[in-house]
Amino acid sequence: MAERPSPNQTVFAPWTDPDAVPLIRIEGVTKRFGDFTAIDNIDLNIYRREFFALLGPSGCGKTTLMRMLAGFETPTEGRISIDEQDMAGVAPNRRAVNMMFQSYALFPHLSVWENIAFGLRRDGADKDKIAARVEEMLKLVQLERFARRKPHQISGGQRQRVALARSLAKAPKLLLLDEPLGALDKKLRQDTQFELMDIQEKTGTTFVIVTHDQEEAMTVASRVAVMDNGRIMQVATPAEIYEQPNSVYVADFIGDVNLIEGRVSSIDEGRATLDWAEGQHPITGQASGSLSKGGRATFAVRPEKLYISREEPTERTNRVWGKILDIGYLGNLSTYHVETTGGQVIKCEMINVSRIDRRDYTWDDEVWLSWSDTAGLVLPE
Amino acid sequence: MKRLSAFNVVSLTLGFAFLYIPMLILVIYSFNESRLVTVWAGFSTKWYGELFRNEAMIDAAWVTLQVAFFSSTIATVLGTMAAYVLVRQGRFMGRTLFSGMIYAPLVMPEVITGLSLLLLFIAIGLDRGIVTIVLAHTTFAMCYVSVVVSSRLVSFDQSLEEAALDLGATPFEAFRLVTLPIIAPAVISGWLLAFTLSLDDLVIASFTAGPSATTLPIKIFSSVRLGVSPEINALSTIIIGIVTVGVISASLISKRAITKRIREEQAAV
Ligand SMILES: Nc1ncnc2c1ncn2[C@@H]1O[C@H](COP(=O)(O)OP(=O)(O)O)[C@@H](O)[C@H]1O
Ligand SMILES: [Mg+2]
Repeated sequence: MAERPSPNQTVFAPWTDPDAVPLIRIEGVTKRFGDFTAIDNIDLNIYRREFFALLGPSGCGKTTLMRMLAGFETPTEGRISIDEQDMAGVAPNRRAVNMMFQSYALFPHLSVWENIAFGLRRDGADKDKIAARVEEMLKLVQLERFARRKPHQISGGQRQRVALARSLAKAPKLLLLDEPLGALDKKLRQDTQFELMDIQEKTGTTFVIVTHDQEEAMTVASRVAVMDNGRIMQVATPAEIYEQPNSVYVADFIGDVNLIEGRVSSIDEGRATLDWAEGQHPITGQASGSLSKGGRATFAVRPEKLYISREEPTERTNRVWGKILDIGYLGNLSTYHVETTGGQVIKCEMINVSRIDRRDYTWDDEVWLSWSDTAGLVLPE
Repeated sequence: MKRLSAFNVVSLTLGFAFLYIPMLILVIYSFNESRLVTVWAGFSTKWYGELFRNEAMIDAAWVTLQVAFFSSTIATVLGTMAAYVLVRQGRFMGRTLFSGMIYAPLVMPEVITGLSLLLLFIAIGLDRGIVTIVLAHTTFAMCYVSVVVSSRLVSFDQSLEEAALDLGATPFEAFRLVTLPIIAPAVISGWLLAFTLSLDDLVIASFTAGPSATTLPIKIFSSVRLGVSPEINALSTIIIGIVTVGVISASLISKRAITKRIREEQAAV
């Protein structure tokens, strides 16, 4: 599991240290297939022992980026270096990088044991060493009992663990995981996410994981890169990505968010105020990016940061009135969809602290939504 | 089991009779005492004895087997390589032309293939004999092999090869240790196909065989022109016997392999 910062332990954040040497340097990398640009001028540093997640919708170039790291594709422009060595012209079988394939790509004619031993045998290590390492790997993924089985004789979850063991067996500097949990059901997925973190911690390997599932990225990763159309939109820790998205795209991609468009009326000490509708109070949030007074901007706030009330909360500057359109009761929390001026619907999430709390709201009730000045962000268009 | 209607029984019987009565007659007459093929004069196995004393016939059989073995083996190697490049190397200059050209010999009349090879061998001054037949058979069987193997390669998951490379295998090791074992059934079928094609080829062999080497089909064909001898019937019966055993055991083996696989898969769940 992720290291918890404690008083005698420094927080793991090499990306904040200007002297830290990254394991992977991706500098100005572009990849084109014909006239289609799959990767568009990416710069990225990934550090040793990181659990780095590439997150983005299907087709945004995640697999292509991974395949360039593994050596199956060559960048059209730019350079990739791993451990200070330029990877141009280095064949996949000469890289200290292993990949766990999206389809697992287990060798169907070999047993679980032989699948794991495959890479070790290529290095020409002696028999006893190979056997010991394979046993170690089988133990790590808890598959000792299945060593003699063929891939078609084990379940999907077990196959996924064999693929992981096989790619870890050579103790690579870098392990690439392409949607490793895509084929698993939700429960197994969550268990496996923790298992993966555990294994990453134990082996100290640098992991780069590709996923289109934002929850997965948030759970496992030390840092997340959000990608769109071959470009990296933001690279940050899961908490920063969630609380400090640098664009509407990232805010919208990760979790639930309310987006309100308007015009910047003032910018002052990192706060920006937005006029957004006639008859409503202007809203204020933390200014982000290059905003200009009078220019258009979007206010983004997470539903759980909002508070619902019947009376006008006059002590708050950010307050909006509207009518309840919909109520979703989820047991531990309730979500209210409130329609305000211009048909704008704002979502508010309230934890049901006491058993009868706030049950008195019902459809078509006139309510106020409010939040603090620091709860939301004002993002440029 | 479903019961067949009268109509179905009749059509089935007619069809199979049409297919197998000629062969049955041939088998029966191979045990005929008389030298005259059309007159039954009692049971005897003497023609089998004659056959085994007929050295020319035994030699031809031996040549045929050698030719079939060598040509199908070389054709399998070349055909597999061709299929691999055409399916795997993606788009390269002239790929469409090459893949079209590999099919051409399949539809080319054998007479033309035979004649062109004959002209080639004469032009380069190669004496006709076992080598030329092997070369000729390799040439046309290779196309069949590459068609069989490429149809398997098309559905082969390329990430398996990439996984092998990723784990440190050289491209050749990846092919030898991963691709080849997986496509082996197709390669073996290709080999068997090439072997069979070579065994029963008459036309191309006639063009490329020389006085020093004659194959069985040529031998049979030329002796039948002088009148069908009961010896040929005996020989044909032996061939029918071998083919029957081959087909039955092949189907038994594949059936057992399928049952085993199903059982293993059930054990896994
Ligand atoms: N070999 C290729 N030739 C042409 N286009 C490709 C190739 N590989 C990927 N692409 C294109 O590049 C884009 C990104 O693909 P990919 O990296 O697989 O996306 P992701 O893994 O994020 O879903 C897709 O639009 C895909 O069609
Ligand atoms: Mg992908």
